[in-house]
Amino acid sequence: MEQFNNRNVADNGYYMVDIEDYPTDGWGQFKRIVKRTFRIELFVGLWVVMREMIKFDIHTISYPEEKMPIGPRYRAIHEMKRLWESDAERCIGCGLCEKICISDCIRMDTSIDEDSRKEVSSYTINLGRCIFCGYCAEVCPELAITHGGEYENASDQREHFIDYAGMLTPIDVMKANAQKEFEGFGAITPHEDERVKTTPLAY
Amino acid sequence: MDNAYLIETVIKVVVILLVFSALAGIGTYFERKILAFMQRRLGPMNVGPFGLLQVGADGIKLFTKEDIIPSGVVAPIFKIAPVITAATAFMAAAAIPFLPSFTVFGYEVHPIVADIDIGILYVLGVMAIGLFGPLLGGMASANKFALLSAARAAAVFISYEVVTGLAALAPIMLVGSLSLIDFNNYQIENGWLVWSQPLAFILFWIAAFAETGRTPFHLIANDHEIIDGFGTEYSGMRWGLFFIGEYANMFFISFVIPIIFLGGFGDGSVLGAFALLGKMAFFFFFFLWTRAAWPDVRPDQLMWLCWKVLMPLAVINVVITGFVMMF
Repeated sequence: MEQFNNRNVADNGYYMVDIEDYPTDGWGQFKRIVKRTFRIELFVGLWVVMREMIKFDIHTISYPEEKMPIGPRYRAIHEMKRLWESDAERCIGCGLCEKICISDCIRMDTSIDEDSRKEVSSYTINLGRCIFCGYCAEVCPELAITHGGEYENASDQREHFIDYAGMLTPIDVMKANAQKEFEGFGAITPHEDERVKTTPLAY
Repeated sequence: MDNAYLIETVIKVVVILLVFSALAGIGTYFERKILAFMQRRLGPMNVGPFGLLQVGADGIKLFTKEDIIPSGVVAPIFKIAPVITAATAFMAAAAIPFLPSFTVFGYEVHPIVADIDIGILYVLGVMAIGLFGPLLGGMASANKFALLSAARAAAVFISYEVVTGLAALAPIMLVGSLSLIDFNNYQIENGWLVWSQPLAFILFWIAAFAETGRTPFHLIANDHEIIDGFGTEYSGMRWGLFFIGEYANMFFISFVIPIIFLGGFGDGSVLGAFALLGKMAFFFFFFLWTRAAWPDVRPDQLMWLCWKVLMPLAVINVVITGFVMMF
């Protein structure tokens, strides 16, 4: 993560390329041609590619066999997290994600259950409309609806990539304490505890 | 004409056709691999071990793909153009001595189809006829990119014929013969021609890039500006013939350069034969190497280079050679 946090590009070995002025008259052009011809600039290019071939420092990733790790902020198919305490789904049915969704693809219905508590009776994300902007994950007060890292989806319709049951963390993963928290937008930053201030009570 | 000669010639023709058609395919494998390594990629990896069977897969695709003749083209010319490219490329091979002569079962084999007196003239001339492939194919295609490519092909090939001819003229004056066998024998006694004719060697080499249409002078089929140029409307095996012609030309010119300037196969020993193959491999590799390293020039820069730099140098070289031989 450290390498991504360092935004100070000037310290990373970048420098301005020294570009000569273009010749304006015939004599200048002639001098440039003679210089380029006898400094054998073409062979510099030949040497560079030959050096890379000898070093054999291949950067190809043989994709299906090898995979790059993706960043924690990657916004792929959504996930619905469960509560660590009760394994129940975290969604409280507040409707913020439905409200903020700029492509109007989230739809939820809530009702009062037998214990007189608010429950989410249906929650759908129309992935055919979703633009994966991440606002729903950012706005969610419970860190319930988040983006996952699963980018290998194939279907004849994007709507079929996942349904609500698939978004929800599987119960066996939950039992194994293996649920991964989302680190993208809206998530708690790593040093959040140090920055929390006590609420001032006296004014 | 006795039977032995006839059978030998037929066998040689068949062997050359088969070997160089196969080499054209394997050449694409080497090209893709070497370019990939120079660009820190892996190249074809999935078909067969290290992607070796990719050649076969490409061949199957080329042979079985539908041969589309678009409705707007001039069909007879459109159909014959790729054949011209491939046929002239292989015809040029007739006068090239690929190996020194050797003896099989007491029968002496000369690995040259026809040791004609005008060998080098024939090779260069037939290779130049190959220009009709891109030219006719491009003009018959009814496609603006193909037409641009045809115009460029005509300009480039005609211009660089001049350089090729003048560059080859000085060695011809020294050797006093046009036969490539005589070139080889001359260099056994007098040392490699590259030492006495370094400028002609470099000019011929540069012109070879234009003749084969390889990367600094790849503008007749420049993917990034005119799609595939003359090959845009072609599909299947007709496009494949253009392809085979291009690669066969690369191999043949890679044989011609060492035979003219770098001593050929030398005194005819096994070592000399392998040396010629090694030199050929280097020149073929250099075609791929430059493709990885160098940018393409613009058509006007190409013309400028030909008429204002290379041709005057070639003429001066011929004149100096003449004076040196006279006095």
